[in-house]
Amino acid sequence: MDLFEYQARDLFEEHNIPVLAGAVASTPEAAEAAAAKMGGKVVVKAQVKVGGRGKAGGVKLAQDAKDAREKAEEILGMDIKGHTVHQVMIAQAAPIAEEYYMAILLDRANRNFLVMASVAGGMEIEEVAHTQPEKLARVGIDPNVGISQEKALEIVRAGQFPADITKDVADVLLKLWAAFVAEDATLMEINPLVKTEGGRIVALDGKVTLDDNASFRHPNHEALIDHASANPLEAAAKEKNLNYVKLDGEVGIIGNGAGLVMSTLDVVAYAGEKYGVKPANFLDIGGGASAQVMADGLSIILGDPDVRSVFVNVFGGITACDAVANGIVQALEMLGSKATKPIVVRLDGNNVIEGRKILKDAAHPLVQQLDTMDGAAAKAAELAAK
Amino acid sequence: MAIFINKQTKVLVQGMTGSEGTKHTARMIKYGTNIVGGVTPGKGGQSVEIEGKTLPVFNTVAEAVAATGANASVVFVPPKFAKAAVMDAIAAALPLCVVITEGIPVHDSAAFYAHAVAKGTTRLIGPNCPGLISPGLSNIGIIPGDITGPGRIGLVSKSGTLTYQMMYELRDFGFSTAVGIGGDPIIGTTHIDCLKAFQDDPDTDAIVMIGEIGGDAEERAAAFISEYVTKPVVGYVAGFTAPEGKTMGHAGAIVSGSSGTAEGKKVALEAAGVKVGKTPSETAALMRALLKG
Repeated sequence: MDLFEYQARDLFEEHNIPVLAGAVASTPEAAEAAAAKMGGKVVVKAQVKVGGRGKAGGVKLAQDAKDAREKAEEILGMDIKGHTVHQVMIAQAAPIAEEYYMAILLDRANRNFLVMASVAGGMEIEEVAHTQPEKLARVGIDPNVGISQEKALEIVRAGQFPADITKDVADVLLKLWAAFVAEDATLMEINPLVKTEGGRIVALDGKVTLDDNASFRHPNHEALIDHASANPLEAAAKEKNLNYVKLDGEVGIIGNGAGLVMSTLDVVAYAGEKYGVKPANFLDIGGGASAQVMADGLSIILGDPDVRSVFVNVFGGITACDAVANGIVQALEMLGSKATKPIVVRLDGNNVIEGRKILKDAAHPLVQQLDTMDGAAAKAAELAAK
Repeated sequence: MAIFINKQTKVLVQGMTGSEGTKHTARMIKYGTNIVGGVTPGKGGQSVEIEGKTLPVFNTVAEAVAATGANASVVFVPPKFAKAAVMDAIAAALPLCVVITEGIPVHDSAAFYAHAVAKGTTRLIGPNCPGLISPGLSNIGIIPGDITGPGRIGLVSKSGTLTYQMMYELRDFGFSTAVGIGGDPIIGTTHIDCLKAFQDDPDTDAIVMIGEIGGDAEERAAAFISEYVTKPVVGYVAGFTAPEGKTMGHAGAIVSGSSGTAEGKKVALEAAGVKVGKTPSETAALMRALLKG
């Protein structure tokens, strides 16, 4: 789960990482009140989970509380790369002397964690890595060892920070590591980390990604979920514990196993070129799906007004084909006359003979079976074109 | 021969007394896998009856190894307790530990992976994987045993059901070993480890490699193939049409920015001489053509 900037700020504050005053507001009035409380100049920042909001006009300096209200009015409701701005963060404005960079992230290639720190902040870190690699410290961290005081100082020196702030920056790094571990994060980035004119080291903007797999040990993370901008179908699927992603096509897809479903999207997209149709969603009912899970999945997809046909592609492993077939029959019974879209089913693998027989015997007018993945994809695409 | 597992592999089931563990222990025994016992902390000393076999339960892997001579384990323990289970297997220097559990926090996987590397005595496969099968010899995990039989193709895949699909497409040829390495961001055994093992395995003639979007494992595998693998390799990458920035199920299967796209992986593999199919059936056809010469 990616956090909004204000959530990252609050999380940093909880872990004693130095931040400036900040508050979130969803109306111009609330923005004005927050700015008045803070006093002085403030920055009004669009809260969207996408980069480039500054260039899009989503970050504005306000002279006082009244100005903050006006700036919030301009920014709220703005569309930034397809993301609607529902909230702004009111942040205390601070005179900045210098900008730096610091991040800890999961390093898939090396299968450990990676710290990056650089005196050259305020620009794209990819560019620093490319043009001034000597200014970017990249140090792998053994998760069972962590970061000691000495290691932190070593990293900060390697990032070429000035000697007079080495200790303060190392202190931020140690706190960031503690937060990274305590919150089960896969990314914690401070960009920029700044030195104010007063000489304080402060995290001015942050990006945080938390590991959803670890939510069982973080009941408080539940409150960070962004329900407002979630697609309603995605929200409904999440409630049923289904792994669903809405896409912009017409062929509804259900399958078991993320790899097979992704592959199904590809096969349908190729087959759909001829008919001008594309996959409408990704839906993985998982390895051990029951009839009920199949029924839940099917009702979500049939509830999508964009869907014109459905392709159920299952290779029975743990999920046996007879369970899938029963799920389809049950779902159609539950939905009754609300089910109006043709469903193409391809079953193979565990208990395939029983599964195919269940569907054949049910003889539902909307359901047709094909033997191969390619053939079924072509049929589903053809039906969506009509 | 096959890779990693064969008829002699003696397997412990960690979490055997749980419902998933019991169900899959029965399946594995039916297949002929040499299951020698289970490990469930707190239930040591008991024994359970599965598929007509009386299996002893131990508190720790070390005790189980001492009593049974086991040299592999398969983990069905829920995410909350998976780290402790894997650490237990590593502490006992068990040569192979196959982690089926889905949903393990990545900080836990990072910790047990680092520990396994530091100790240097345990090969981890997974987590979040279907396990591996050497048809006719041994089946460790949840791969259906009846898709196909023994043959001379080696298969390595991030995805479980795509593994099954590809085994099914090439069922008339059969496989030496099929390994599902898992789709999590941190996994113990990689494409490269399997490619090396298949290259060195006298009973494998050709290799199918299945990848999916996210990370750069396929790109690194391509570099490895150029320098080490002389056997023919056919590849498939799932997720050509996946939109950027959307997570598609596997924690690893996310496309962000330009790296990790299916197209990038295809280009890298083809540059290494790998024939890459656009769909599973096309990939199977490429392998078929290759084997028929």
